[in-house]
Amino acid sequence: MRTRRFLAQLGVELTLTARRGESLVLTILIPVVLLAFLAEVHLLPTGPGKPVSFLAPGILALAVMSTAFTNLAIATGFERGYGFLKRLGATPLGRPALLAAKLAAVLAIEVVQVLVLVAVALGLGWSPVGGEAPAALGVVLLATAGFGGLGLLFAGTLRPEVNLAAANGVWLVLLLVSGMLAPLRRFPGWLAGIARVLPSAALADGLHRTLSLGRSVPTWAWVVLAVWALAAPLAAAATFRWE
Amino acid sequence: MDDLSFEARPGEVFAILGPNGAGKTSTVETLEGYRVPTGGRVRVLGLDPRADHAALVARIGVMLQGGGLYPSLTPRQALWLFAHLYPDPLDPAALLRRLGLKAVARTPVRRLSGGERQRLSLALALVGRPEVLFLDEPTAGVDPEGRLVVRSLVAEERDRGCCVVLTTHELAEAEHLADRVLILVDGKAAAEGSLEELRGTVAQAAIAFAAPPGLPRADLDQLAGACGVPGGTVREVEPGRYEVGAEPTPARLAAVAAWLAERDLPVADLAAARRASLEAVYYEVAGRGRPSADLEEPAGDQPLGTPGNGPARGRRRAASGGRRR
Repeated sequence: MRTRRFLAQLGVELTLTARRGESLVLTILIPVVLLAFLAEVHLLPTGPGKPVSFLAPGILALAVMSTAFTNLAIATGFERGYGFLKRLGATPLGRPALLAAKLAAVLAIEVVQVLVLVAVALGLGWSPVGGEAPAALGVVLLATAGFGGLGLLFAGTLRPEVNLAAANGVWLVLLLVSGMLAPLRRFPGWLAGIARVLPSAALADGLHRTLSLGRSVPTWAWVVLAVWALAAPLAAAATFRWE
Repeated sequence: MDDLSFEARPGEVFAILGPNGAGKTSTVETLEGYRVPTGGRVRVLGLDPRADHAALVARIGVMLQGGGLYPSLTPRQALWLFAHLYPDPLDPAALLRRLGLKAVARTPVRRLSGGERQRLSLALALVGRPEVLFLDEPTAGVDPEGRLVVRSLVAEERDRGCCVVLTTHELAEAEHLADRVLILVDGKAAAEGSLEELRGTVAQAAIAFAAPPGLPRADLDQLAGACGVPGGTVREVEPGRYEVGAEPTPARLAAVAAWLAERDLPVADLAAARRASLEAVYYEVAGRGRPSADLEEPAGDQPLGTPGNGPARGRRRAASGGRRR
């Protein structure tokens, strides 16, 4: 029965995402276009080697952030604004199953994103290294928890319209101050310092090192991601208002 | 909410009636478990709406004011989801037919009319076969045809033994739907009882007649004397409408007729009102809840619930154990 409720909610989550044009733009179209465009038109200093070998992990990081943070925040914010979450609160669904369904939907979208983006990146000449893939998976899961917590923090406290603007604005800031599009060492020191405590930079750096260079994830990235993965969901749980 | 105590039983429609801001939604949302009471005891089906929330939600159906529908879901999708959340749901397709939503089953909620949305909300409340149904303003924004559908569904649910608790600020809806009514004013129960009981409380006072507006007090007191009631019991309730606040006996009716004849006035709208409309009850008790209205009331007016005329107040006492259900 519990599984049935969870699956029904997951079905609705995925249906709503698939039907929301802006979700598809945010989670699939923007990452694919950025990857293809920046890999072919050498606008940004991507460091030595092929641009795609820097950009592919960075755009994967962007895709994870778009889904777990911005898309989750906007969708949940509107569900809250329309009273849909409140209404679900009076059904046997329950909060754990609702959260589990949202998390499962985020992970499902991430799987699709990874498949699409890896295919595009391979087409653009990316040659990933497989040895550290489990570490990359760990980094993605931690980042998903952190971004998801942040998204729910926004969705559960801000008015839907404010939340919409904030989730997009913060997405842009996290994208720029992250090392997703250009290496952190090209940043001025103060900005790189800020970037190093953000989950976006830790995720991008972790994926770049593991997937393109076959190296391990630096300790600072693990620590930053773990702290966000713990703190953001806790903050969301403590402040979330259902209506 | 203050000092509010009531009980709704299986197989009855219990209406919470009151002006906007009276506390109707607060009351229902406390029963649904959305709000935490600062004091007192709330039980629904014997369960605490907060502590036993998980057990309770499987047995209740809820229709929120404002719907709680997601705009891009279709009625079919929404009902499919909700049907999967309950252990023994009704057939969604049959429910859509029953509520006249079959034609719009695949239309997103954002393109439905207000009445269609209300009916979908009702369908979502019904799909789990609830034992208690909470409907917050179920007919707000519903066209006359939709109202008939809602009314007949509410009656069907009651007849199968469901306890229906609904709020409304529309007297006509309460009169059509409810078996018992709680009138709420400023967070307090102004009256509670069956429609019959409530009508009885106000009907005690009524010989009504029409006469030119603004007749002098002395004339009215003279009529009061003729009827054997204290001065001030005869009053102009609204311009041109008068009322003798006493049991309408033949002798008193004759006294009224004689009094009219003395003044060469026609017999107009003379009525021995034994049954008041819910509207009369409502304005009687709702007015009492507002201090400003108290000042306008004539001194001789009998407060509702004084000894001898109080099924309304009497019922409140009977249910005053602080137990809701």
